[in-house]
Amino acid sequence: MSAAKATVAVWKFSSCDGCQLSLLDCEDELLAVAEQVEIAYFMEASSRQLPGPYDLSIVEGSITTPEQLELIQSVRQQSRFLVAIGACATAGGIQALRNLVDVKDYIATVYAHPEYISTLATSTPISEHVTVDFELRGCPINKQQLLEVISAFLRQRRPQISDHAVCIECKLSGVACLTTSRGLPCMGPVTHAGCGALCPRYDRPCFGCYGPKENPNPDAMSQWWQASLGVDSVKIIENMRNFNAAAPAFHNAAERMNTGGKDD
Amino acid sequence: MTDKSKTIRVDYLARVEGEGALYIRYDDEAVHDVQLKIFEPPRFFEAFMQGRDYTEAPDITARICGICPVAYQMSAVQAMEQAQAISVAPEIHALRRLLYCGEWIESHVLHIAMLHAPDFLKLHSAVEMAQVHPHIVRNALELKKAGNTIVSLLGGREIHPINVRVGGFYKLPNRAALSELRQSLQAALPLAIELTRWVASLSFPDFSRTDEPYVFVALQHPQEYPMNSGRLVSSGGMDISADEFEQHFIESHVPHSNALHCLIDGKTPYFVGPMARFNLNFQHLAPAALALAEELNFKPPCTNPFTSIVVRALEVVHAVSEALRLLDHYQAPEQPFSAGPPQAGSGFAITEAPRGILYHHYEVDADGKILTAKIVPPTSQNQKTIEDDLRLMIPGFLHLGDDELRHQCEQAIRNYDPCISCATHFLQLTLDKQ
Repeated sequence: MSAAKATVAVWKFSSCDGCQLSLLDCEDELLAVAEQVEIAYFMEASSRQLPGPYDLSIVEGSITTPEQLELIQSVRQQSRFLVAIGACATAGGIQALRNLVDVKDYIATVYAHPEYISTLATSTPISEHVTVDFELRGCPINKQQLLEVISAFLRQRRPQISDHAVCIECKLSGVACLTTSRGLPCMGPVTHAGCGALCPRYDRPCFGCYGPKENPNPDAMSQWWQASLGVDSVKIIENMRNFNAAAPAFHNAAERMNTGGKDD
Repeated sequence: MTDKSKTIRVDYLARVEGEGALYIRYDDEAVHDVQLKIFEPPRFFEAFMQGRDYTEAPDITARICGICPVAYQMSAVQAMEQAQAISVAPEIHALRRLLYCGEWIESHVLHIAMLHAPDFLKLHSAVEMAQVHPHIVRNALELKKAGNTIVSLLGGREIHPINVRVGGFYKLPNRAALSELRQSLQAALPLAIELTRWVASLSFPDFSRTDEPYVFVALQHPQEYPMNSGRLVSSGGMDISADEFEQHFIESHVPHSNALHCLIDGKTPYFVGPMARFNLNFQHLAPAALALAEELNFKPPCTNPFTSIVVRALEVVHAVSEALRLLDHYQAPEQPFSAGPPQAGSGFAITEAPRGILYHHYEVDADGKILTAKIVPPTSQNQKTIEDDLRLMIPGFLHLGDDELRHQCEQAIRNYDPCISCATHFLQLTLDKQ
């Protein structure tokens, strides 16, 4: 091990493992990355763990158990920089749908012995518990963006990650607008870029898996969907309440739709 | 418990997908307790799917597992098509099989080269392995990429593909892209064969379940190596359709795990995944895989779980060959998908995820909203068999030192390529209500 190499740790909280798997899916770059940094802690990929502190911690998953509340504090203390990756770590993930109900009902629905289960009432993003140096969006993240973020932090520069809407990505890739040309309800206007307009390129309206863009106006989009496309409120709420259901912009828009336009 | 009793404890298993731990208590006379503890936190998919639209099932259930999202999508769409009485063209079925081949390749190669092979070499990771066997690791990454290329082309992206929908696909691939894909798979086939020869040359711990033989469970189809169709059969003579699954397989909740244990008739542990498929369907492997099995003299019955790495590699050869065959016979579907107005119904489907059978069952109301969802993933089905392997294995390995024995136990768990993220989130909806 070279003493000059920066150390990177990869941590998992409540998640599907997909975002950390993105790193192992970098088939062309993985060995080069491993030459440049010391992968000091990555349970899914290695049975050797080096003790902290770490130069960069990459955190996947949301906080849903009492043990995770403690672990995330310890991760923060051991890390010079902490980057949250994916919809679970940045918005609570799809499991944050529990935040809308009494989680005891969910446990009783799923488990025969609720007493064996230890869980929190909510699923929350990492930033609700510790300072996060950067949030990389997406369900899942874009692996090229992950490499950019790792590279930026190790060179101590700002990651070049755009925070505009998916609509801009459609324009950049020359995809005709699915809403204006075909009348399909697309979340592109309010959704954070990063996927490269993937769904529209596959003839599918965006369903918001990268979460809200900076300063979105979901109410204006919803009104357009209802008035011009004839979309019902149930469908709008389903689109706001999926992988980023607890992201404030989507959460509040769904609540307003649910209560007939009034803030609660 | 005697004073001489010892414990093996692994608080956080490495090189598996998700969070699990191991606890074993034993002495010179017997193994007293074996617990594969799954502490991966529950995410309650079956609960929050209630009330969601049937069209959302493939996208939502994909999020159960980032390693085998295609498997979730395949079981979900087939179950929903049954619930909605949507019939799917054979050309769509073939494209789905091609997509599934992609996931088998990338998931199997990930496990073979990055998670499991380091065990046989007493190394900690694929990155360390790349120092000793750079050629093997580079070729494995190339092969894995070929699998991911299929998933990216047909699915849109490797993890949580976006192009799969109930009734078919959003968009069909164009011929130029398929022909490019064909070239990358042709280049991948010799890599898969070479990888298989290499894993077959590893030395395997000597273990076989002679006193308590395995019950293997897999899909079976008259013409195909099983993937997304067929009946469910076992080495014990069971032969059922997907809608009979819950009459034969009973889940129970044990204190040390957030994943339910699933047993045949509530009492018999069983084995799903590559070894089960191989033992029950060997004759349907692609010719290239059959010829290689012959060359390596590696044939059913395969009952040493440590050799599952060879089976997985042979399945990679099969999946690459099958993908090439599907491309050679490709006929573009007339339309990308079939659809109709929502209707009430029940849907059941079992497909072969890389790690074994994945069962989905939905009840849908007249508006197309999900009333109940039940999902049984492969790893929760293998849990009890993994624990039994450890219990039966330890007496034969007591001559090993403590560290070596603990490592052997970890390796025995990795034989199953456990996907703990999957295992945790699928628990029975109706248990409490009965």
